[in-house]
Amino acid sequence: MLDWTSPYVTAALGGALIGASAGGFYLLNGRIAGISGLFSGIVLLRAGFWRWAFVAGLIATGAAALLLGYAPPAALQEASPVLLGVSGVLVGFGTKLSNGCTSGHGVCGLARFSRRSLVAVLVFMTVAALTVYATHHLGWRL
Amino acid sequence: MAAVKIVIAAILGVVFGIGLLVSGMTDPANVLGFLDVAGAWNPALAFVMGGAVLVAAPAFAFAKRRGRALLGDALETPGRTKIDASLVIGAAIFGVGWGLAGICPGPGLVLLGRAPQAIWIFLGATAVGLLAAAGLERVSTPPTETAERRSP
Repeated sequence: MLDWTSPYVTAALGGALIGASAGGFYLLNGRIAGISGLFSGIVLLRAGFWRWAFVAGLIATGAAALLLGYAPPAALQEASPVLLGVSGVLVGFGTKLSNGCTSGHGVCGLARFSRRSLVAVLVFMTVAALTVYATHHLGWRL
Repeated sequence: MAAVKIVIAAILGVVFGIGLLVSGMTDPANVLGFLDVAGAWNPALAFVMGGAVLVAAPAFAFAKRRGRALLGDALETPGRTKIDASLVIGAAIFGVGWGLAGICPGPGLVLLGRAPQAIWIFLGATAVGLLAAAGLERVSTPPTETAERRSP
């Protein structure tokens, strides 16, 4: 029997929903559901109300979750403002320079067998793991 | 038709957000647990990406074979196809930022609804970072190449 409460089952199910959204967005609207791309389109004031609609959907889901009792994650509450600020600048700068993040390169790029996205995923996964090693095991703190 | 596409975008944004919540990926602890290969490794993120790619790949393949989106639009194509320095350097910089807090843009936006008092710093900083990169691209790219770039 499949244990529906197993974190791996919920991870794969959640992943399937993400894939259905990304696949559906490309098939129906012809758009790539890369969240950093959508966000940068909004910040750079590009035309296209659909970007706002998709992002509003993401934010609304989070707000509904809060109302349903999903408390804000402790790991986020405990993160210092300096850490969040530095992390955010690097995420914004890096995803703009490389044209994608975990959704654009990770989900959409890999799903369309893009070699460019595969390289991006291998690089950001490796560097992120090294960063966590430095902060969790070498004691580097921000 | 434009209204239909906007409604679809909103619905798919909700589906994407539910996927992130159900999979646990809006909790930075789960993301950092995956990246912490030398600690108590949590492989859940690999199941999330695996599930997502498995479901998305047939839709992408079918759309490409049709050559056009079902609602009539041209398919968005990546503006850049070369594996170049900006791809690798950008991905590495993103990797440092992602590894520091365990947050990437998708979960960040869901958290704007779930934990606005903490996440706005991250998202504001993300906007600053991408504006800086956009400005840098503008001054460093020859005019013939300034056509709009799309992600990824």
